[in-house]
Amino acid sequence: MLNTAILIVSGILCVALILNLWRLLRGPDLSDRILALDTMYINSIALILLYGMHMGTNLYFESALLIAMLGFVSTVALCKYLLRGDIIE
Amino acid sequence: MSLFWIPLLPLLGTLVPLLSERFGRSACALFTAILPAIALAIVLNLSLEVLQGNTLLQSFSWIPAMGLDLSFRLDGLALLFCILILGIGLLVILYARYYLSQQDSMSRFYAYLILFMTAMVGIVTSNNMIQLWLFWELTSISSFLLISFWNHKSDARKGARMALTVTGAGGLALLAGLLLIAQIVGSYDLDVVLASGDTLREHAAYPIALVLVLLGAFTKSAQFPFHFWLPHAMAAPTPVSAYLHSATMVKAGIFLMARFYPVLSGTELWFLIVSLTGLATLLLGAYIALFKHDLKGLLAYSTVSHLGLITLLLGMDTQLAAVAAVFHIINHATFKASLFMAAGIIDHESGSRDMRKLNGLWKYMPYTATLAMVAAASMAGVPLLNGFLSKEMFFAETLHQVALGSLSWMVPVLATLGGVFSVAYSTRFIHDVFFNGEPIDLPKTPHEPPRYMRIPVEVLVALCLLVGIFPGFIVGDLLASASSAVLAGNLPEYSLSIWHGFNLPLVMSLIAMLGGLVIYYNRRHLFQFQAQFPETDAKLVFERLIQSLVAGATEAHKVFENGSLQRYMVLLLLFALVLTAGPLMDLNTTAGLRPHLPIDAVEITAAVLLCLSALATMIWHRKRMIALLTLSVVGLIVSIAFARFSAPDLALTQLSVEVVTVILLMLALFFLPQKTPKESSPRRVVRDLGIAAIIGGIIGTINYALMTRPLTSISDFFLANSKTGGGGTNVVNVILVDFRGFDTLGEITVLGIAALGIFKLIARMRLFMPAGDENGRPWARDRHPVMLAVISQSLLPLALLVSVYIFLRGHNLPGGGFIAGLVTSVALVQQYVAHGVDWIKERLKIDYQWLIASGVLIAALTGLGSWVFERPFLTSWFDYFHLPWIGEFELASAMIFDLGVYLTVVGATLLILANLGKLTTSHRPTQPESE
Repeated sequence: MLNTAILIVSGILCVALILNLWRLLRGPDLSDRILALDTMYINSIALILLYGMHMGTNLYFESALLIAMLGFVSTVALCKYLLRGDIIE
Repeated sequence: MSLFWIPLLPLLGTLVPLLSERFGRSACALFTAILPAIALAIVLNLSLEVLQGNTLLQSFSWIPAMGLDLSFRLDGLALLFCILILGIGLLVILYARYYLSQQDSMSRFYAYLILFMTAMVGIVTSNNMIQLWLFWELTSISSFLLISFWNHKSDARKGARMALTVTGAGGLALLAGLLLIAQIVGSYDLDVVLASGDTLREHAAYPIALVLVLLGAFTKSAQFPFHFWLPHAMAAPTPVSAYLHSATMVKAGIFLMARFYPVLSGTELWFLIVSLTGLATLLLGAYIALFKHDLKGLLAYSTVSHLGLITLLLGMDTQLAAVAAVFHIINHATFKASLFMAAGIIDHESGSRDMRKLNGLWKYMPYTATLAMVAAASMAGVPLLNGFLSKEMFFAETLHQVALGSLSWMVPVLATLGGVFSVAYSTRFIHDVFFNGEPIDLPKTPHEPPRYMRIPVEVLVALCLLVGIFPGFIVGDLLASASSAVLAGNLPEYSLSIWHGFNLPLVMSLIAMLGGLVIYYNRRHLFQFQAQFPETDAKLVFERLIQSLVAGATEAHKVFENGSLQRYMVLLLLFALVLTAGPLMDLNTTAGLRPHLPIDAVEITAAVLLCLSALATMIWHRKRMIALLTLSVVGLIVSIAFARFSAPDLALTQLSVEVVTVILLMLALFFLPQKTPKESSPRRVVRDLGIAAIIGGIIGTINYALMTRPLTSISDFFLANSKTGGGGTNVVNVILVDFRGFDTLGEITVLGIAALGIFKLIARMRLFMPAGDENGRPWARDRHPVMLAVISQSLLPLALLVSVYIFLRGHNLPGGGFIAGLVTSVALVQQYVAHGVDWIKERLKIDYQWLIASGVLIAALTGLGSWVFERPFLTSWFDYFHLPWIGEFELASAMIFDLGVYLTVVGATLLILANLGKLTTSHRPTQPESE
């Protein structure tokens, strides 16, 4: 049961990731692209967690944790760049 | 033990003048003299033993792994030189006290002088060839400092540079020669070398070793054709000239020849090179000396000539000639040092050294004149003075010379000719300066020097007289001991008396006297003759040579390095292509035997994402911001791939590096144009595309070929030993902090240096902020949005907790100091982004430079700590402990090392990022100036 769910969810995530990239490449605005990248971070977290569940190990959860944290910082920095240009003032 | 002190005391003495300067000039000189005086006392104390024919030896282990010892010897030759170097050195210290003016820094002068003295004493007492060479180079450097002491004068700088270049180049040749000798003999030990003369002389490489060692000796001793540097070194203060060009610097080359005399001499080649060079130098120096109007110039060329004489004697390769050479070393040192000092006094008290102006000084300074005249007479070889004795021995030896066959008569004739000129320039020194009319518009009215300035001259002149009259009594023992060291114990019969009866050498002396006087009397004709030759300035020739050398090197350099990164890249890749294409074509099948792993939909998706985003990065590389975003996708996918294929450590590292890089690029991007103009021509694009495609294909092939083959690598060793040897189950971390800890130490040091370098580069840089973004939209008004500030602040403790967690588990599970450091940095950078530099500065009082330093220091100290337990550098220690509440846990010294890594990474990252961010913070106009 769980394996079927994991299979379906990972398929959905793959579609989501491809759509994210599509948005990132198309734009049209820089803010669209940044949003797309941020969503990609989130989908990657999901993918990694899913893989951990599939393998029955928690070895990958730190990667997910770091993506969550660092992805946020990265998005913040990008947004700051859009707003002010100079990210550290 | 005392042998060791002989060079060590002067070495310590280098600091004395610097410390004692504030007690006044006389006190400074006095204190400076103490340590060399003690060293001299030790030498004299040991001399009793040496004079009995013993060689004192003493050595300490230096670099045992290379068979190098710090080794000192005191035999007759070393004793003689030690007495000359330290004795005349002490006199020079006294003399310089009165010579230097108030503007000259006395402590600096004395420090250089004593350093030079150390180097000289080191050369003559070394028993190890490498050690000897080190001291040899130290004389080159310290003499450079001494010659350029008046560094505001252009000719002093140029002269010093010339001396350094010539003697330094010779020093390199000498090093090669000594290494070659050590190869042949099998030891750096002088004892061994001196005992294996026959092995050396019969070896095929003997001529090369000989020429290399002689190059070193000739450049140092200003032998033709390297003599040109010595006259230009006269730009130095006169005490320096008196020291360097009488007893020390130039005698180092002579010493070297004398030291290796037992092993290198005795062959046709030695005779030809050494004696002919000596003869040419003797004649050239004596001839030019006559035409020099500068007092010191005359003495300089006279020195060249006398060095040639000693070289010639050593080259003649008879035992008596070697004795005469040693004797002349002593005599030349005494009379030349006193002459230089006298010249210095004259310069000091009359303001000029030009012999066309200096006339009739007898009336003004009769006492100094008497001293100078005695010394000059000794230089000319007048009987009852020491110069006469060795010159007589020299003449006698030239008569016995038969090695040139039927041309052997030329040697005594040319030697007499040299003697003639020697008498002529000595006469000029006496007559032109002290008689010959009245002084012509001198800057000062000449007068006698201070009492104590004359003492060194008096001592030396007294020695000239005493040695001249009672040679056997004063220097007999020393001469015998030194000569037997040069001759390896085979001392010939010789007599040191003044009168040997009316013989041929005496006739030669008489001819030289008369001839010299005749030439001096007719000097006007000779001067006119000489005036027809255009005068070449060695300095100009030398500088031109150096400049053309530099230009040539620059040209050659330009061919390889023109500053175009694209070109380097192309060359690098093409070279890789050449290297790899061959072996790959030899490979029959690309795929190996290993079965493929199953592929699922997620992996295909990731591969597609990776390819697309990489392509997009390349296509949009001129729109920098978008390229940065697609690049982030590449990084993300790579990290996920690492996690998927069992490399969680790499995934964590890649993720944190990724974010730091993105932030760094954005900081830099802000000051750069947002769009790169199109620069490459279509043809170039095609070329680059082709090269890139081929290289990509090759790298892909290599990877595929490698991964489809079973491979045993060093990984298995690490896997097997990580837990037992390093105490951790996280192999990556154990490799970093234990197996290859030394690598990591080097890497964090480089990281720290790079960070400091970047900080230094941008520390004072101030860039103005543009008014709006690339489309001209003005920036948002709100600098630090409240929502961002609040969220960031509440995120900080969590982030720090994560980094502590990752740090602590690093030894056994994915994590470690490097990743934790990056996480901490990112968390703090987040605060910088949200609150600004000024806000952080108030709250986080950490100096990042100190952080880097302490990190590197902690890591290094952990490594050194293993020495306490007598283990090799960076040996790690670990053990398991049990505490109530916490349970079983492990402590490892590698964790402290990891802490060093952590601190360095945090310091370096924040130093770079925060300072890049600061570029615009100050001085930024609140409203754009264009409005």
